[in-house]
Amino acid sequence: MTPLGAAPVFAAIVRRDLTLALRRRSDVLTTFFFFVIVVSLFPLGVTTQSSVLRSIAPGVVWVAALLASMLALVRLFAPDFDDGTLEQLALSPQPLVVLMIAKVLAHWLVSGLPLVLVAPLLGLQFDLPVQALGILALTLLVGTPCLSLIGAIGAALTLGIRGAGGLLALLVLPLYIPVLIFGASAVSAAVGGMSVSGHLSVLGACLLIALVLGPWASAAAVRIAME
Amino acid sequence: MLEALNLDCARGRRRLFEGLSFELAAGQMLWVLGPNGSGKTTLLRLLCGLLQPESGQVRWKGEDVRDSRESLHVDLLYLGHAPAVKDDLSGRENLCFGLAQSGIGITPHEADAVLGEFGLAGRETVPARALSQGQKRRVALSRLALGAAKTLWILDEPFTALDAQAIRLVLGHLTQQLGRGGCVVFTSHHEVELEGHAVTRLQLAQ
Repeated sequence: MTPLGAAPVFAAIVRRDLTLALRRRSDVLTTFFFFVIVVSLFPLGVTTQSSVLRSIAPGVVWVAALLASMLALVRLFAPDFDDGTLEQLALSPQPLVVLMIAKVLAHWLVSGLPLVLVAPLLGLQFDLPVQALGILALTLLVGTPCLSLIGAIGAALTLGIRGAGGLLALLVLPLYIPVLIFGASAVSAAVGGMSVSGHLSVLGACLLIALVLGPWASAAAVRIAME
Repeated sequence: MLEALNLDCARGRRRLFEGLSFELAAGQMLWVLGPNGSGKTTLLRLLCGLLQPESGQVRWKGEDVRDSRESLHVDLLYLGHAPAVKDDLSGRENLCFGLAQSGIGITPHEADAVLGEFGLAGRETVPARALSQGQKRRVALSRLALGAAKTLWILDEPFTALDAQAIRLVLGHLTQQLGRGGCVVFTSHHEVELEGHAVTRLQLAQ
């Protein structure tokens, strides 16, 4: 028996959540295929004209990423809340804010990162130029952690509420708007051959703000949910 | 070590208790009694700082719990109504991860030894979903065997769903905890007697 500091506790939580995700693969795959299918429906349903596809691609991929990340949020805290694990987290000697970051990191690794990796492939269906595919993946790489961090606040606030899923969407989707705007417009700019550094900087700033405020707000919301 | 001063608590419109005070010294055990719905669980959650009282305060080692949450949580082992056992994880993983988030690191070997003591030898790697209710409860309670570093144990109905042998085992760990100079607060509908240790009773009225 050895006392653990914040870092090993952080690592243990990430490892546990990844193990759980591995044991319940269907949950993870649902999010992933939801994203793939929603994005793929547009070339099939809208048009085959590549100029139109190229102009709608950034928005479509980003909106699908938003919805897919919403879908995964319900599982962030609710199972832990139901089986008493969240109570134990709230009573941990380590700061709850740090543990929240661990939860969100594990959640992003299984629900956000796969979207980043598959997005360039999906972009091909929209006839996106190669350098825009790279920018698409890059914006998602910066943007999806933002979505997880902001979403965690909503997921914690709706704990123990009936019909939490719908309310969660109403709470969180408006907060996703800045990420959506700058993520999608960066890709549009890349398609048009313009500079994207401005958009990316704002997206990075969003991530930093979410990283500072998100875990703190989710920790407060979890404490409220315990009452 | 643990003090409650004039605790008032209401849930919704119902007043559960008013002006509740007690003091628990090292090596003492408090048994919270009362009918269903009398606020036993609420009181335990108040003591760990999960809930805030309407008025009054809880003190641990002389400090108000609200001001020094961390110093309470370093010493606290809490076993709630929900067992905090994940169905998809094995008994060994549940024990290791469960203790890790309370800040105690153990090796899989230590985990297996304790699970063996709790009658789960040979079932350490079985997912908890395949275990019976009582066995899951045993996995949760096996944390007590490795909780020597924690001075304050707060246990909500630790004896539920346990057979006579497991109850004796838990009582053995409670005795050790008191012998080490730790404190125990628990609720139970079972009659509890520990040799050589006084059990203070706290009756909550309906």
